[in-house]
Amino acid sequence: MRRLRQWGPGLLLLSPSLILLAVFVYGLIAWTTKVSVSDEHNALGSKGFVGLENYTKLFTDDINDRFTHSLKNLLIFTVVFLVGAMFFGLLWAFLLERGVRGEGFFRTVYLFPMAVSFVASGVVWRWLMNPNTGENAGGLNAVFGALGLDFLENKWWTNPNWGMAAMAMPAIWQLSGYVMALFLAGFRGIPQELREAAAMDGASTYRLYRNVIFPQLTPVALSALIILGHMSMKMFDLIMSVSGPQWLTEVPAVYVWQTLLTSDYAKAAAISIILLLLVAVVIVPYLIYTNRAEKNA
Amino acid sequence: MTAVAAPQQALEQLKPRTKPRRAFGPGSIVKYALVLLFLIIVLMPMYVLIVTSFKSGSDIGVTSQWNLPETWTLKSWEKAWDSLHASFIRTFELAVPVALISSVIGAANGFVLSRWRFPGADLVFTLILFGMFIPYQAVMIPLRDIVTTIGIPPGIPTLVFVHCVYGIPICTLIFRNYYATTVPEELVEAARVDGAGLLRTFGWIILPISIPGFVVTVIWQFTSAWNDYLFAIFLSNTRNGPITIALNALAGAQSPDYAASMAGALITSLPTLVVYVLLGRWFIGGLMAGSVKS
Amino acid sequence: MRFTRRAAVAAVSVAALLTATACGSSDDSGGDSGSKKVEVFTWWADGGEKAGLDGLVAQFGTACAGQTFENGAVAGGAGANAKSVLASRLQQGDPPDTFQAHAGAELQDYINAGQVEDISADYDSWGLKQAFPKGLIDNLTVDGKIYSVPANIHRANVVWTNKKVVADAGITKDPTDLAGFFADLDKVKAKGIKAPLAIGKDWTQLMLFESVLITDLGPEKFTGLWNGSTDWNDAGVTKSIDDFKKLLTYTNTDRDALDWTDAEKLVMDGKAAYQLMGDWEAADLDAKKFTDYGYFTFPGNGTTFQWLADSFVLPKGAKNADGTKCWLKTVGSAEGQKAFNTKKGSIPARTDANPTDYPKYQQAAMADWKSATQVPSCAHGSACSQGWQGAANSALGAFSTNQDAAALQKALASAAQQFVKK
Repeated sequence: MRRLRQWGPGLLLLSPSLILLAVFVYGLIAWTTKVSVSDEHNALGSKGFVGLENYTKLFTDDINDRFTHSLKNLLIFTVVFLVGAMFFGLLWAFLLERGVRGEGFFRTVYLFPMAVSFVASGVVWRWLMNPNTGENAGGLNAVFGALGLDFLENKWWTNPNWGMAAMAMPAIWQLSGYVMALFLAGFRGIPQELREAAAMDGASTYRLYRNVIFPQLTPVALSALIILGHMSMKMFDLIMSVSGPQWLTEVPAVYVWQTLLTSDYAKAAAISIILLLLVAVVIVPYLIYTNRAEKNA
Repeated sequence: MTAVAAPQQALEQLKPRTKPRRAFGPGSIVKYALVLLFLIIVLMPMYVLIVTSFKSGSDIGVTSQWNLPETWTLKSWEKAWDSLHASFIRTFELAVPVALISSVIGAANGFVLSRWRFPGADLVFTLILFGMFIPYQAVMIPLRDIVTTIGIPPGIPTLVFVHCVYGIPICTLIFRNYYATTVPEELVEAARVDGAGLLRTFGWIILPISIPGFVVTVIWQFTSAWNDYLFAIFLSNTRNGPITIALNALAGAQSPDYAASMAGALITSLPTLVVYVLLGRWFIGGLMAGSVKS
Repeated sequence: MRFTRRAAVAAVSVAALLTATACGSSDDSGGDSGSKKVEVFTWWADGGEKAGLDGLVAQFGTACAGQTFENGAVAGGAGANAKSVLASRLQQGDPPDTFQAHAGAELQDYINAGQVEDISADYDSWGLKQAFPKGLIDNLTVDGKIYSVPANIHRANVVWTNKKVVADAGITKDPTDLAGFFADLDKVKAKGIKAPLAIGKDWTQLMLFESVLITDLGPEKFTGLWNGSTDWNDAGVTKSIDDFKKLLTYTNTDRDALDWTDAEKLVMDGKAAYQLMGDWEAADLDAKKFTDYGYFTFPGNGTTFQWLADSFVLPKGAKNADGTKCWLKTVGSAEGQKAFNTKKGSIPARTDANPTDYPKYQQAAMADWKSATQVPSCAHGSACSQGWQGAANSALGAFSTNQDAAALQKALASAAQQFVKK
């Protein structure tokens, strides 16, 4: 009774949220899972349970291996996006960390793309990544042409093999600043004594960063990776607004949408659940890890 | 400390520790050359957006996109505004309630989770957090059924509800860490000794000192509701939906008017950019708070 | 299933309603109450299509006094954008008062889903059964019921040319078979035009491919592809894919980034000589004040007329059913069809129209419609359902990048196996 007194009001305050999340996150995931093992392939509804058939079909019997193709696209996109955003984010943070006059200004500008939606920035990136080259070149290709860097002109996202790497550019543009802010906070969070101690030991600037500062940034890098990674797997808006839904740039999130348009609920649900599993594989261990780290702290 | 840095603390950390050194060596030249180069690259898309939005007629073209307009005109802005203004207003009706409601919910949850260590609190917290990361496609199919069945009117009301619900994890996270780092245990203890219950403590003591947390969650939720496209396309349409849908219809047309699309993209981005410029410090604070960092 | 679903919904509803009230929000801005407005949902937002719609609206204004037209147009080639918007609105239970749907297989999706009303009775009272050709009525009838009123007939298998570019290449006669077409394409190419055949993304490629199929298989076998009587593994299909592959070598390489109007612009700018597109292109070119164009039926198609028809329906749950019916009546009337089609560049579905009311291209098309062999189109939903269309577009999109003929044939064959009417 005393315990209830102690925890009761708190639980009461918390419970509406808990109920909502239980229903709208976990309940609906369960519901989607149920649809994904049914044969609800059109608006007429479901006739029964088909087990994992919808899942296996995606991998073995999808026309033109459309689903594995979308996974491949997602993989290329994710790798380029993560590497690109981490690289520029760290580089910018490092440059600003070394001391630059007007740092606030640069920081503000580097970060501003974060405030813009993918739908809006997609409008301009579709133009910047115009695939024409030579005299018809526009956008970035025209810039390369004018700078005498013709060899850099390319077909961007219409390249059949590496198009998704180009698709990652707007995403890198948008989120490098965010990574920079994370790293900058990381740099500044390193106790001054550490740096001083290293300087006393006569460590060179290079060794200072290599042995003292960068190791301290590992947790920051990890959380940046997690955040970018889960965004990447869900990527939808950007692709819809740059290329529209089409084979060349299809990723699972877009495939779900295309499938829903033809009322194939079971297949759409199966793809969604696979997407969820992909995210969960990364996120769940991370949440457990942070939880444990917190307890030990 | 594990988990999220409180926004305040994150902001403190962003401040430069040492004054920039004055000496200009070859290293600094490289450094400044690089920061300027990146500045130009980051601003390049903005340049194209702005320049094109003032063009008209044959001035608009892929090959001439880097040129300044031959004649400056506001025609495309008018056209874009014509097709966007209704949804522009609707998006405020979406983003403002979402920002306020989610923040209040987040504050209550965050306070409870930062103080009342009931059994299984960690597990509950982790389960809440997971909701922040799920791909919303995994709930979208039944979600559409449910909102129609329970009779929430389509369009903005539905989206307000949905953003409030799926905003709970991030707002809870932000406030939990804010309270854990900024509210001294003694304050809460003193209130308890005085016989104040949880609700009173929260309402009279905690809420008044929560403004910095509120600013962060309000900005965060406002921005994400404003920029959302996925929920919007699933749960609303050009007639009753937010501006991202309207912009996509304008820019995705079969013979898109590029100047109007670019003007539309700028109109769409304006409110979030204003928030960003005016409340930049807090905006960054919000971004930092979004990271689960140890 | 039904029960559990309802139970789950009820459970959720209680929880959600609690917060819905807490989460109470701004007014419902979308709903207009019990009005006399008729929201007409189309993808006719620009050019000739918009002009046609305006003509129809004017007629609606006189014929249906007291009702007001509300434009629900969503732009986008072949309705790709619009169809996705429409699908969500129907699934959200927020249908427009009437919407545009291609007659034939595409319409069946809506019928199967129970999203449109049977209007057979109105057909009789409006005298439409006699006004439309029997073949079209057959295509609209599902299990003895009719669900839509066709506004027009379009032809899909037409090649549009830039006369000047063609003349500069020394071409004096329109090609009548594929060999002749390739020869002409080579001639234009020799004049320094790298991509003489302009084309856009997936669905425009599907249109071109369908035209090639008609040439190589003939109209009967072509129609058989969509009803299951022709095998997609047929050697004729293989040949078509090879011909299509060769045609693609004459096209612009940025095709996947273009919509049909971008490709049209290439023709208008003289950067290409030819484009295969439906005959809405005639009205669009006129609207854009480009006059120097020619046209011919896709080489080898002979007199085959690949048709598609835009039709309007009465959705279940339409807010203003009376207004919608008056709209449908206008669409089916002789005056309405004239007001619409003279501007849109299509020909009237009614048989009693007077050809002299129409511009030159349409007069020719009206004559052809009466005499020609009719085949349906998959890219425009008269031959295949939306699911099949999506699979075909995706397969063509893949082929555009990988040029793998065997894979395309296999993909199309499995699509047919999956979607052919069971």
